Amino acid sequence: MKNWTKLAATVAVSALVLAGCSGEEADPGTTDPGTTEPDATTGSPDGTAAPDDDGTSADLPEGPVTLSISENAAVGGKNAATAEWITEDVIPSFESMMEEQGVDVTVEFVPAASGDEDYKTRLALDLRSGAGPDVIGFDQFWVAEFDAADYAAPLAEIVGPEIEDWEGWDAIPEAVQGSFVLNDQKYGIPFGTDGRVIYYRKDLFEQAGLPTDWQPTSWQDIIDAGRTLQEELPDVTPLQFNAGVSYGEATTLQGFVPILLGAGVEPYQDDAWTGATEAMTQALGFYDTIFGEGLADTDLQLLANGREQSFEQFANGQIAVLAEGDYFWRSVIAPDGGQFPVENVEDVVGYAKIPAMEPGAGIRGQDFVSASGGTGRILNPNTEAPQVAWELMKWMGSEEMVSAFAEREPRITARTDVNETALQDQPMLQFISDEVLPITWYRPGFETYPQVSTLIQETVESVARDRATAEKAASSYESELQGIVGADNVSGG
Amino acid sequence: MADDSPDDGRTGAEVLGIGGASAFVAPAVGLIGVFLLLPALWTLYLGITNLELTGVAAAQPEIVGVDNFTRALSDPDFHHSLWVTLVFVAGSALLGQTVLGLWLAWLVRRWRGWTRSLFEVLVIIAWIIPASVVAFLWTAFLDATGGTLNAILPGSVPWLIDWPLASIIVFNTWRGAAFSMLLFSAALNAIPPSYLETAQLAGANLVQQWRDIVLPTIKGHILTALLLISLWTFNLFTPFLITGGGPGNATEILPIYVYRRALRFGELGYGAAISAIMLAINLLIALVYLRLAGGRGQEPA
Repeated sequence: MKNWTKLAATVAVSALVLAGCSGEEADPGTTDPGTTEPDATTGSPDGTAAPDDDGTSADLPEGPVTLSISENAAVGGKNAATAEWITEDVIPSFESMMEEQGVDVTVEFVPAASGDEDYKTRLALDLRSGAGPDVIGFDQFWVAEFDAADYAAPLAEIVGPEIEDWEGWDAIPEAVQGSFVLNDQKYGIPFGTDGRVIYYRKDLFEQAGLPTDWQPTSWQDIIDAGRTLQEELPDVTPLQFNAGVSYGEATTLQGFVPILLGAGVEPYQDDAWTGATEAMTQALGFYDTIFGEGLADTDLQLLANGREQSFEQFANGQIAVLAEGDYFWRSVIAPDGGQFPVENVEDVVGYAKIPAMEPGAGIRGQDFVSASGGTGRILNPNTEAPQVAWELMKWMGSEEMVSAFAEREPRITARTDVNETALQDQPMLQFISDEVLPITWYRPGFETYPQVSTLIQETVESVARDRATAEKAASSYESELQGIVGADNVSGG
Repeated sequence: MADDSPDDGRTGAEVLGIGGASAFVAPAVGLIGVFLLLPALWTLYLGITNLELTGVAAAQPEIVGVDNFTRALSDPDFHHSLWVTLVFVAGSALLGQTVLGLWLAWLVRRWRGWTRSLFEVLVIIAWIIPASVVAFLWTAFLDATGGTLNAILPGSVPWLIDWPLASIIVFNTWRGAAFSMLLFSAALNAIPPSYLETAQLAGANLVQQWRDIVLPTIKGHILTALLLISLWTFNLFTPFLITGGGPGNATEILPIYVYRRALRFGELGYGAAISAIMLAINLLIALVYLRLAGGRGQEPA
């Protein structure tokens, strides 16, 4: 859009210039855009912008500014709380705040309600063409590849060194800030973090004669519970561990990575990607077992909307055990506002830590494992009003706004001051914060990670479809992995 | 076609002069250049680079020559996709839409009045509903647990998983039969009724009527319909909205393959190379049909 505008403007200006040349009146009056075009960027060539005034709003432009925020969220749809928070809390308060400072700002919300991969593709295409929203809801592990493609840039480069002066940084732990840091440069403001657990239906466990305060301590415990459920409740799918390409990152991070960590190996460890090691084969063997025995539903992995269907089936009591992040609790089965709400969710749904293969077999010798990612916001490097966009981004990360979000949808935010109060009546999130985050593993921000993640999804799906044994899948994983990251960067089995 | 040129046998350029003729042709050539040739050349150019959607190769793509093309030709996924596409085109375009469309047109050729209007409206609705809406309807229709088809038939078959390719072939046949029906209705109307009546009086059965009267008369229409339908079907993306190309890659027809490679996996260069190959196949299809149609024109009457 912007490019077209620019193109049209260029054409129009060229036409004017040509007209000026051919006519007798080659007056330079037409070359004074400062008076007619309020330029959002500071420092126009004739020096009228006076960018060196004191005060924080000195750099803010006077003319009307339009900003846009994008999130993979839509009012009444996916991540509805986020969308409502932006349209009802953030935008009105920010616009009136700016108006008080004498800046006429209009903020638009650009919704999306698609798979995370589609959202990411859309952003990449937008940014590639020099367009795109000004403030962008972003997943932490995309930063490296977007930076390498010049779609993202350090905040200090876009806005200026004053970004370090924001008092909000003090409320965000260094480790969490690190999720949006690349080469010691801050790329965005982190917003939330999460952890992965195993959810189970207490009602189904009770019917099958299983304990309702379940905490498996080995993979075998999970498989045994699945077999009992299969025997006692033939109409119920016992287990759901995401194993389809269509599930995207959810296959990698909600299932496979914790399983692999439970076998004692990280996907990237000791400066190399893990190839066909014994742990890799064991992890794939777990999938081979549960799908081979029909403890998990292969067809469900292959559907284009499989992940949504798995959510729905769990909410309807047709799936008994499901591995997911705390997102599932907050956004999917939450009794009010969830995508597939479950009444009395605290009584019906239990949650347990993901066990290692056997006690002590996990990474760092742990008994239990988990994996975490994080979300936040970055600035569009092509934004026409970097100063105002930064003001907006700061405002979205302020204690006031993050608290307002936590009221709509309690979650573990990046801000410790908000977490202290927001998690008080949230036993589930308290559980994640206290029990899971200390043992978790943070997803690496490598440029090649998304490609490796896709390869993992294909590998797991091939096992779930019984197209390959665990050994064969592991070795083909290794050879394809070498194609992505180079043979030198893969540790063999 | 011979009627198009002036009686004295002079061409347009001779009548108008080169300048005049060029002026008449220029707007069309310009439009074709900007909207057809440039994108096609640009696709060819992208096809010889290693351009990616994100990462270093997005910022500084390098020329890799014919690597993408040789990779495609030796890529089993591409072979698979090409095969699926051929089955899809043969099943839904050639057999499905053409045969069904012709049959429907034959069926209602003598209908008049409101029954015919109603019938046509019903068939055309399948053609004019937006693709996203149709995709949703078919997903709901074929759903394994709550789908309409499984409610009608006994049992609960996960159609999109057990019969994915057949499902999208039936879908596309349903979707496109209206177009060929309209085309063939017009063609059948052009056959003088007296021909068929005379043939009937002479004792010709249905097969003979078709072989000797109907098919020779509407052969040109059939070729035109086949050309259009094949090209449309070859480039159709709508099945993605129903199956996503899956399960696995069972319904990964070429447009979906390109989409997945270029946008999902970010390999824009490779995707562009496949697009260029698709372009070549499109040209080939068009040439074959034009050859058939042209051969007909050159036959002595």
